[in-house]
Amino acid sequence: MLADMFAYFAEAENWLGDQGILIRVGQHLWYSFIAVVLGAVIAVPAGIYVGHTGRGQTLIVTAANSLRAIPSLGLMTLLVLFMGLGLLPPVLALVTLAVPPLLAGVYSGMRSVDRAVVDAAWAMGMARRQVIGVELRNALPGMVAGLRGAALQVIATAMIAAYVNLGGIGRYIFDGLALYDYGRVLVGAVLVTVLALTVDGLLAVVGRLVQPGAKAPSRRAAKTLRAGTV
Amino acid sequence: MNWALNNFSRLMELFWEHTVLATIPTVLGLLIAVPLGLLLNDGRSGRRIAVALASVAFTIPSLALFVTIPTLIGTQILDPINVIAALTLYSAALTLRSVFDSLDAVDSSVRDAAQASGFSRLSRAVFVDLPLAVPVLTAGLRVACATNVSLVSVGAVIGVGGLGELFTSGYQRSYPDQIFAGILAIMVLAFILDRLIAAAGWLLTPWERAHAG
Repeated sequence: MLADMFAYFAEAENWLGDQGILIRVGQHLWYSFIAVVLGAVIAVPAGIYVGHTGRGQTLIVTAANSLRAIPSLGLMTLLVLFMGLGLLPPVLALVTLAVPPLLAGVYSGMRSVDRAVVDAAWAMGMARRQVIGVELRNALPGMVAGLRGAALQVIATAMIAAYVNLGGIGRYIFDGLALYDYGRVLVGAVLVTVLALTVDGLLAVVGRLVQPGAKAPSRRAAKTLRAGTV
Repeated sequence: MNWALNNFSRLMELFWEHTVLATIPTVLGLLIAVPLGLLLNDGRSGRRIAVALASVAFTIPSLALFVTIPTLIGTQILDPINVIAALTLYSAALTLRSVFDSLDAVDSSVRDAAQASGFSRLSRAVFVDLPLAVPVLTAGLRVACATNVSLVSVGAVIGVGGLGELFTSGYQRSYPDQIFAGILAIMVLAFILDRLIAAAGWLLTPWERAHAG
C-alpha cells in the first residue's frame, strides 16, 4: 500500500494534466476557500455583535454546537437532490463546519480584550465604532486562531465533494475505494494532511504577525503579507 | 417524513448502531486524554509536542483513516472497529487540547495551596486539578461528542456508519426524505448526548451550584 502510494507520487505524469495532483489540490483549496469565506461572512459579524454587547452568548454556543452536529455528508447529499450537482451543495455543507470555530475565535477574542483597555477607549470619548475597532485590533490573534480551526476542519472534510462527482483530493479517496486500491486512498489522505498542515502553518505565521504589541513585522514578512502569498 | 414513519424499526436499529459507534470513541478518547493531559501538563515541551501531534491527527480525512486502519491493526475492512479506532484517535486529540485548556483555567493559587498543604504531585493532579477542571473539560467533551456523532455517518461510505447509511442509500435512490430523516435523527442523538454530558458536568461540580444559588 505504501509502495503504491510512493510509486504514484514519484510518477511526474501524475502531477500535471487535468487529472493531475496539482489540479486536484487546486480544486480542493478552491472549495475550502469559498466555504471559509462564506463562513466568515456569517460568523464574523455575529461574533463581533455578541462579543461587543455580551448578549446572546448561550444562543451562539447552542447554535455552534448544533451546527457541529449536522453531518456534512448528509447535508451535501440532500442539497444535491434539491439543487442538482454543482459547486454549491458541497460548499454549503462545508460552511457548517467553518462557522463554529470562526464564531468561537471572534467571540473569545473580543471577550479576552482587557476590560481596562475598552473602558479607557470609552473614557477617551470614542464613538461605538471606534471602540469596536479597538476591540477588534486586540481580538485579532483570537480571530486568526478561529480561522486556523476553520481551515483545518474544512480542508480535512472537503474530500466529501468527490462523493457528488466533483474534483478535489477526495477523488483519490473515492476512486481508491471503488477500485479497492487502498494505495490510492492513502495518496489522498497524505495530500489532504500535508495541505491542511501547510495552510495551518501559514496562518500561524499570520497569527504571530497580528499579535498586538508584537515586534513589528520584518520588512520581508510585511512584503510577503502584501504580496498575498499567505 | 414518510420514510421515517414507515420504517421506524429500521430507523431505531440504525439509531442504536450510531449511538454505539459515537459513544465508545468519546468515552475512550476521554480515558486516553485525561491521564495523558495530567501527565504532560507540567512539562512544557512534552505538552507542545502533544498539541502539535493532536492537530496533525485531526487533519487526516476521516474516510481515509477508516480504510487505512484495517491494514495498520489487521482488522477486516467492514469491521466497525475501524470506525471506532479512527474516531477514538480524533476525540482523544480534541479532548487532549481541552484537558490542557481546562488545567490552565485552574487558579494557580489553589494549586500552590494544595502543594503547600502536602499533596503529592499525583494526588494534587487527581484530587485538586482534575475536579476544578471539570467545567472547561465538559465544554470540550461536548464539542468532541458532537463531532463524533456527525463523523460516524461518513463511515457509511465504506459500509459501517449507522444513520449515515440513510445518506448513501437516499442519495443513490434520489430519495431526499430518507436523507432528511437521517440528518434529523443524528441531530437528535447529538442533542441527547450533549445534554447528558452537560448534566454529568453539573453533577460533578456541586461547588459551582453553591455559588450560583
